[in-house]
Amino acid sequence: MTPLPRWADVVLLPFLNVALAFLIGGLIVLSVGQNPLQAVGIMLYGAFGYGSGFGYTLYYTTDFIFAGLAVSLAYHAGLFNIGPEGQAYVGGLGVILIGLALNGMHWALVFPLMIVCGALFGAAWAFVPGYLQAKRGSHVVITTIMFNFIAVSMMGYIISRILKPEGVNSDESAPLDAITRVPQLRSFIELFKNSPVNLTFFLAIGALFLVYWLIWRTKFGYKVRAVGNNPVAARYAGISTQKTIMVIMALAGAFAAMVAVNNVGGVQGRLILNFVNGAGFVGIAVAFMGKGHPIGVGLSALLFGMLYQGGQELAFQMPGITREMIVTIQALVILFTGAMGDMMRGPLSRMFFQPDAPAGDK
Amino acid sequence: MTGLNPTNEQRSSGAAASALAIELVGINKHFGPVHANKDIHLAVKRGTVHGIVGENGAGKSTLMSILYGFYTADSGTIHVDGVAHKITDSRHALALGIGMVHQHFMLVDNFTVLENVVLGAEDSALLTPTLNRARGHLKDLARDYGLDIDPDAIVGNLSVGQQQRVEILKALYRGAETLILDEPTGVLTPAEADHLFRILGKLRAEGKTIILITHKLREIMAITDEVSVMRQGEMVETLPTAETSPEHLAELMVGRRVLLRVEKGAAKPGKVLLEVENLVVTDDFGTPRVKGVNFQVRAGEIVGIAGVAGNGQSELLESISGMRDQKSGTIRVHGNALKISGDDGADRARSAGLAHVPEDRLRMGLVTKFNAWENAILGYQDSYGEGPALDISAARDAAREYMKKFDVRPADLDLKTANFSGGNQQKLVLAREMERDPEVLIVGQPTRGVDIGAIEFIHNQIIKMRDAGKAILLVSVELDEIRSLSDRILVIFDGQIVGEADPATADETELGLRMTGSHADNVETDPGTLPEHETPVDQTLVEMSPKDNSGRDTN
Repeated sequence: MTPLPRWADVVLLPFLNVALAFLIGGLIVLSVGQNPLQAVGIMLYGAFGYGSGFGYTLYYTTDFIFAGLAVSLAYHAGLFNIGPEGQAYVGGLGVILIGLALNGMHWALVFPLMIVCGALFGAAWAFVPGYLQAKRGSHVVITTIMFNFIAVSMMGYIISRILKPEGVNSDESAPLDAITRVPQLRSFIELFKNSPVNLTFFLAIGALFLVYWLIWRTKFGYKVRAVGNNPVAARYAGISTQKTIMVIMALAGAFAAMVAVNNVGGVQGRLILNFVNGAGFVGIAVAFMGKGHPIGVGLSALLFGMLYQGGQELAFQMPGITREMIVTIQALVILFTGAMGDMMRGPLSRMFFQPDAPAGDK
Repeated sequence: MTGLNPTNEQRSSGAAASALAIELVGINKHFGPVHANKDIHLAVKRGTVHGIVGENGAGKSTLMSILYGFYTADSGTIHVDGVAHKITDSRHALALGIGMVHQHFMLVDNFTVLENVVLGAEDSALLTPTLNRARGHLKDLARDYGLDIDPDAIVGNLSVGQQQRVEILKALYRGAETLILDEPTGVLTPAEADHLFRILGKLRAEGKTIILITHKLREIMAITDEVSVMRQGEMVETLPTAETSPEHLAELMVGRRVLLRVEKGAAKPGKVLLEVENLVVTDDFGTPRVKGVNFQVRAGEIVGIAGVAGNGQSELLESISGMRDQKSGTIRVHGNALKISGDDGADRARSAGLAHVPEDRLRMGLVTKFNAWENAILGYQDSYGEGPALDISAARDAAREYMKKFDVRPADLDLKTANFSGGNQQKLVLAREMERDPEVLIVGQPTRGVDIGAIEFIHNQIIKMRDAGKAILLVSVELDEIRSLSDRILVIFDGQIVGEADPATADETELGLRMTGSHADNVETDPGTLPEHETPVDQTLVEMSPKDNSGRDTN
């Protein structure tokens, strides 16, 4: 099959996939007797139409950017990192430990340390599957999935048995002082009142640039891509595949852990059970829809942020549409952009090349 | 009879004696913007061996794929025995009596010969009746065509030549009257190739028609009755083999005069630059492949290693270049022992002054998804830029210079490497490895799947390196190439150097015998001892899909 022009591959195809997902989602909405156009309107308004909703959208987007980058980074080395969920969760431990240790200090000091400490914890958690893949050949897909489960159990134990202060009923750590928390944008920008979007959002934007630089502008990125595309050629070139795999997995874990800075440091101010809440898994869809490129990851993270925030708004505004239906629509987007992302490629390619191919002579 | 459209003339003059088995009329095929076959006319007479030659990308494989039903032509008709057919798939082609022997065998290694032959042609749910019928049929075929083979042997244990015979049997069992052979001798020893040609001769005598795709002009001269030359998707000329010469054919293929002989002066060997002592190397499964090899390569000489593929050459090259850990023994460059182990050993080998043109450029030498400039620094990436950042403009400058110097076409730094032709990919690899001015150059299969025009250039570059006082170790399965380039020939068999020869005086038959581990007149190779041909699965897949022409080694 003839490859599509780049713009069609990068813009048209994802757009068609999303449109298709919405079309089928619309049919579902229609089947329960609701107006799909009205539903889309509510969704868009809920996500972008007013300050607080937009703030929430950006807050979710922040999570999805980090999780998406965690998957993308590993993907460039040919690894499928299913573990951002667990890596972010364990990263939360690093964030809260440094936060509690320095509780009461100004956020300007604590915020960078939260980044570093969370990154270290997330990196350590992801390093183990990386090590097992590099040295033992244990497939990283399997090990990262298992590490998600281990993270849930381990963190559950740590939170409820160790971090939970006496006299508190719910399973959560002690809270951070207001001055120590990562400041939310509403304290500077009136528009974002009542929304949790915080400084970590800018960290996410910076991370997009950082990843671009790392993958396409550094020697390390060159090696990562060589390993990901052709491990035999990498060995020929004297690039250590083992080292590359271990480093890139640790890096991926560090990026995933930034989800914890956003949530634990910026919103909750404490470590609660299962705070990641599926953001790590959404990151897989984000990375694939964004084709591992930071621009794509940024845009698809925004799309999913919109779906999350707008979907909640929709469930609230249209009682006929339940929470489960929103999840179904989100799942449709993932299905069409991720699992069946190439479904439209064939028809599209024929559309592009059919008319002139047999006759033309170029 | 030499016109572009010989059909009418041939029809009338040929009469019954040379009725056409296959006739292609006005075949056109496009792959996107690539016009792979341009208005092709081809007439193949029944009971002849018809050769098709042409450079990579000339469209030979596409044409044969159309005939075999793998592709459908955009326009044009196919006549089989004078009747026009629209061949839809390979099953249809088989039903019309057209069989194909692929370059890379489509055999199930752990099946017996018999099981392989009936695979896909079982005529009942129970296997036994089919097998019994096939056994009788095979016996007849073996008797008629000299295709002797034990029907109960496991295919994986057979030599390459024997496996090829199984492929031929498969086609004949399905009733093929016309056999297409795609580069059949690429993996064979000279003795096996001779055997194959005897079989082809018998098939011809029995009235079968054979279409032979090859790039070895010598074979065309030896066995074919007529030969068709293709160039850039067009059929240039079809002529009787008796009325042509290799030089003429090469000129037709390339479109200009080509020197088929390598011109070089005498070697002036200097001090020893590369020294290999008692080297033992195992393959990925721990089986020894190189078993105690000793040799030296001096400055200013080319040492060629001749051998049938799979006798340890690959492991030897990979070990010297740091891609494979050595079990024991020493490799010295400039007298310094190389300590190369771990999965980044190749980096240390390069630092020691060793450059390596790998045997399999697609699998090893290039990252095909990278752009040209990215591949131009593969292996040397750490020398571009200080600190963590890659100095992209320096890398691009180097790539631009390499591509200009080695005439890599198109000279597009940002073109994906997969989209270059095989010859241009190889030139890119050669440029990268030669232009860093290494002391020792290890070259594996420098011209595998490379066009005749580019072969000449590549050979001259290697000679130039030699004359500049570098030590060059050359491995090739092309005996001709080894003989014409090398100053000394070492013969490798079963992981050991079994002899040394002077290329000027070496006798081809003698070399061929040594390559198969025999010295006397025991021509037929023993099925058990000949290591099986190594065909990386991924490369086979690339080559099986002719859409991606750049990935094809041979066409």
